[in-house]
Amino acid sequence: MTAPAGPVLSPSVPALRAEFGAAVTRHAVSCSDTIVYVERDRSHDVLAWLRDTPGQQFDYLTDVTAVEYRDPERPLEVVWQLRSLPRKADLRVKTELAKAGPLEVRSVWDLWRGADWLEREVYDMFGIGFAGHPDLRRILMWETYAEGYPLRKDFPLRGHFSRAEQTRQALAANPEAHYSMEELSIADAFDELPADMRERLARGERGFLK
Amino acid sequence: MGLTNPATEYTRVDGSTVSSVSPNWVTTRLDFLTNWARSNSLWPMPFGTACCAIEYMATAASRFDIARFGMERQSFSPRQADVLICAGRLPFKLAPVIRRIWDQMPQPKWSISMGACASSGGIFDNYSMVQGIDTIIPVDVYVPGCPPRPEGLIYGIRLLQKKIMGESLADETLRDEKLVAPSGLFLPPERVDELSEPFGNSVQQTRST
Repeated sequence: MTAPAGPVLSPSVPALRAEFGAAVTRHAVSCSDTIVYVERDRSHDVLAWLRDTPGQQFDYLTDVTAVEYRDPERPLEVVWQLRSLPRKADLRVKTELAKAGPLEVRSVWDLWRGADWLEREVYDMFGIGFAGHPDLRRILMWETYAEGYPLRKDFPLRGHFSRAEQTRQALAANPEAHYSMEELSIADAFDELPADMRERLARGERGFLK
Repeated sequence: MGLTNPATEYTRVDGSTVSSVSPNWVTTRLDFLTNWARSNSLWPMPFGTACCAIEYMATAASRFDIARFGMERQSFSPRQADVLICAGRLPFKLAPVIRRIWDQMPQPKWSISMGACASSGGIFDNYSMVQGIDTIIPVDVYVPGCPPRPEGLIYGIRLLQKKIMGESLADETLRDEKLVAPSGLFLPPERVDELSEPFGNSVQQTRST
C-alpha cells in the first residue's frame, strides 16, 4: 500500500463545519494529521459531539496538552488529541487562549475519565484552569510549590528562587503530603495540606470514586 | 608508655575545640580492628533514581559482584544500612525523602554520590533538580561518570573502605553533622548557592530571563 499523495483532510472537518459553523475557526493538515481550531467557549460541545456522533466515534482521548510559542503575541493553545478506536482515525482539536484573558477551558473529564491527570498536568505546568475538573491541583510539582508554572515562557529555567531557598522549601516539605487520600493513606499528613484541598478531601469530592 | 600520652586538642568544623586522649597503642589497635570490620561489611542502602541505578544493579550482580567487598546484603531498610548510595539524579521533590532516609540510618554511616547528576546536578541545571546531593546530606565519595561503569563504582567503594581504615575513635569531630536550625538545611544558605552555581557549558546556555 502506497502512502496517499498530498495532504489528506479528515472527513470530520466538513462535518464539524456543517454542525458548528463559525465556532470552527480554521483547520490545517500537518504531516497528514488534521488539526481543527475551535472557539474556546464551544470546545466542550465540539468534543462531546465528536465523541457521541455516529460516524465520528472518537472514543479515546490520547492526550491533553498545551503549547506556548516563543512569540509573545501568539496565544496559548490547548490541544486535545483524539483517537477513534473502531474507525482507526485520529483528530487533533485545538483552542486558543489569549494571554490577557482568563486561562480557562471546560474540562473534558465528564467525557473521558482519562482526562483527569492529563488536565492536572497542564494546570501544573501552564497554569491553565479546567472548569468542571473534580480535583484540579498540581500533579508533578508538590502542592505547596510557589514558583509558578514551569513550562511558561516567562518562567526562568532555574526557577524564580535561589538554590538555597529552593532547597530550604524542598526540605521543609512533608513527603507524604503530595498524595490524595485515594492514592495513599496520609492521615498523618492531613493537617499539613492546603486548606482548600483539606476541604475537598474531607467532602470526598471525587464523584463516584469515593 | 603509650598509655600515658597527654590529651590532644581537636578543632571542630565550627572552630570550637574538643580535647581527647591522643592515639596510643591500645586505641590504634582498636581502631584498626573496628575499621577493618566496618570497612569489610558495608551494607549499602541503594537509592536508585535513574540510569545510574542500572549500573548499580550491574555492579551488584554476578559479573562484578560487590559481595566480594563485604556488600553481600543489599539493605533496603535504612535502619540496617551503613552506606547510602545515591545512584541517579535527585529532584527537589525527593530531597526530603533522601534526607529522611539519611536521618534514619544509624551511625556510623557513609554516603556515596554516584554519577554526575547526584554529584552536581549534571545536565539538569533546571528548576526541579537538586544541584548535588551534598547540599542535602554529607557525601564521602563522589563517583564521576554518566553513568559510571561498575568498575568506577567499585573504585569508589574501595576509596570509601580506604577512608574508613583511616578513621580514629579518638577523633570526636569525625561525625559532626549539625543542622542549620530550624530550616532543615545542613549547610548555610550561601554555601548551598555557591555549590549550586552553574559551571562548564551550563554557564553559556541562553536563559529566558
